Amino acid sequence: MSASTSSTPAIYGLTAEFVNPSELVAAANRARIAGYRNMDAYSPMPIEELNEALALPKTRLPRLVLAGGIAGTVLGMGLEYWASTIAYPMNIGGRPEFTWPSFIPVAYETTILGAALSAVVGMIVLNGLPQPYHPVFNAPRFHRASQDRFFLCIESADPQFDRQGTEQFLKGLGPQEVTEVAW
Amino acid sequence: MADAHASDGRVRPLVIEPGHSFESVTGSISEIVLTQKPTKGWFLGLTIGFALLMGLLLAIMNLLVTGIGIWGNNVPVGWAFDIINFVWWIGIGHAGTLISAILLLFRQQWRTSINRFAEAMTLFAVACAALFPLLHTGRPWLSAFWLFPYPNTMGLWPQFRSPLIWDVFAVSTYATVSAMFWFVGLIPDLATLRDRATSPVQRTIYGALAMGWRGSAMHWQRYETAYLLLAGLSTPLVLSVHTVVSFDFSVSQLPGWHATVFPPYFVAGAIYSGFAMVLTLAIPLRKFYKLTDFITMHHIHNMAKVMLVTGLIVSYGYMNEAFFAWYSGNNFEQFMMKNRMFGPYGWAYWLLISINAGVVQLFWFRKVRDNIGLLFVLSIVVNIGMWLERFVIIVTSLHRDFLPSSWAMYYPTRWDFTMYFGTIGLFVSLLFLFIRFLPMISIFEMRTMVPEAKVHDEKLEAL
Repeated sequence: MSASTSSTPAIYGLTAEFVNPSELVAAANRARIAGYRNMDAYSPMPIEELNEALALPKTRLPRLVLAGGIAGTVLGMGLEYWASTIAYPMNIGGRPEFTWPSFIPVAYETTILGAALSAVVGMIVLNGLPQPYHPVFNAPRFHRASQDRFFLCIESADPQFDRQGTEQFLKGLGPQEVTEVAW
Repeated sequence: MADAHASDGRVRPLVIEPGHSFESVTGSISEIVLTQKPTKGWFLGLTIGFALLMGLLLAIMNLLVTGIGIWGNNVPVGWAFDIINFVWWIGIGHAGTLISAILLLFRQQWRTSINRFAEAMTLFAVACAALFPLLHTGRPWLSAFWLFPYPNTMGLWPQFRSPLIWDVFAVSTYATVSAMFWFVGLIPDLATLRDRATSPVQRTIYGALAMGWRGSAMHWQRYETAYLLLAGLSTPLVLSVHTVVSFDFSVSQLPGWHATVFPPYFVAGAIYSGFAMVLTLAIPLRKFYKLTDFITMHHIHNMAKVMLVTGLIVSYGYMNEAFFAWYSGNNFEQFMMKNRMFGPYGWAYWLLISINAGVVQLFWFRKVRDNIGLLFVLSIVVNIGMWLERFVIIVTSLHRDFLPSSWAMYYPTRWDFTMYFGTIGLFVSLLFLFIRFLPMISIFEMRTMVPEAKVHDEKLEAL
């Protein structure tokens, strides 16, 4: 891989296509061990083992969801407090205006709503979706990444990336096919 | 969603028939949407649903023009079909969330092939349910400031101490979260449909909905995290929704409603009727769309068993109600129970008891659980039983008021029935459109059931 061939065309990267998750995970492991970092795997279903194989960082989504849940509680309870003591206080037989036990059900629901909204919106936004264009779709057989094939893509942005060397490396992993991904 | 531990040595019942590959799973589910021509049966079903839906529109129009006097409910039975049908529909919806969320947390793999259409069922059932309280206000456009907290020109704010407002928040949160859960589950499948589309129209629509999903490993990680968290959030949510629905009754001081057993009894009843509806839908779907490889007898058995368990909990609720009416020593409670059993609506009470506490015992027998035709009939019978349960709880508690001078009978009018069957039409129409345009089984989750999906580490060890 250290061969420094020049005239690298401006491409997004190289993809290797595999037929099952075991091969993809093995390939991703080898690529990581070989020192590649800017790479991604594409699969038609979640593969837990890839998190380790690609050394993926842990998502910060759970913290976001916690914050969303807390915000939901505070906003829900705050709304009830404000509505029933400031905006529209009602004296019912001299009972207190801020009857918090009877405010729990609504605050409970707004907690769940806040957390669920931040889980969904957070997942979509952190994933950078909606994204109408991504170069990896230029790989000729990439439409099967959502069906029955498993792709490993080493990106040209990787410091170790080398048009020929990386291609040789990927071919050595036993893929169906190695193809170039245009920008 | 993650692979189960096959290493525990137990023989696992089939959640997918053998011989399937990623391609065969993807192909056989997506072709229903992409390439198959709709059958005559589909058109027939949609036509029936659509005709009933037209009845609903007619009933709503008449309601808005004339007023809620077209219904049979009147003092003392101020709540009747509107709340019976509301509770019935909401309850049906609960099975969808149970399957998609609770069974996911318990790592029940068999949920995979039934969760998509069960979630769709939830959404459509909640839509039908929400119509009833909204229309019961008679002037739904005014209900905005009765129900929702927003700064209006009258300076009014909702009464947050009222269970009815809790209900508004519970049901609208439930509808929102169910819709999000459903859509998130659909994203990878929409990408599959985009990539297999046979026409530019399909590609554009599914492509836009898939939002550019490409199955990247980091995306899947966030996706799985979000999905699991949503399941964790939906679980307390679904339990709270029917609990809050039961508060509509149990917080009041009416004999027959004011009971502490209501929340668990309502939640169990909801799941019971919901699974009955899932069976009612799953049995014809798997037959007509040839999905017996994915919705196996194992699924049918499990659903029957869930119905048995929840049916027994509901039966316990009935016993509990009767026991406490007697044990309370309270005249009004005892009268209510006596009237419920032997009063003018006694037939409804005994019919519901014979279904929900009697017929449900048939699910003990493997022979019954194996008999698809019988199960289909029983699932409909159970739904009728659960409808009767709500009828009995609501009408018999109201029609004998504290003051005998205001006692009256409740008779539903044809508009009550038009509206009720109209919502069934809405439900059926939405369901038929759903199975035509979206994959009714989660394709990407079914791929994880294929034996090849398990990652073998041999190659790793060789490194």
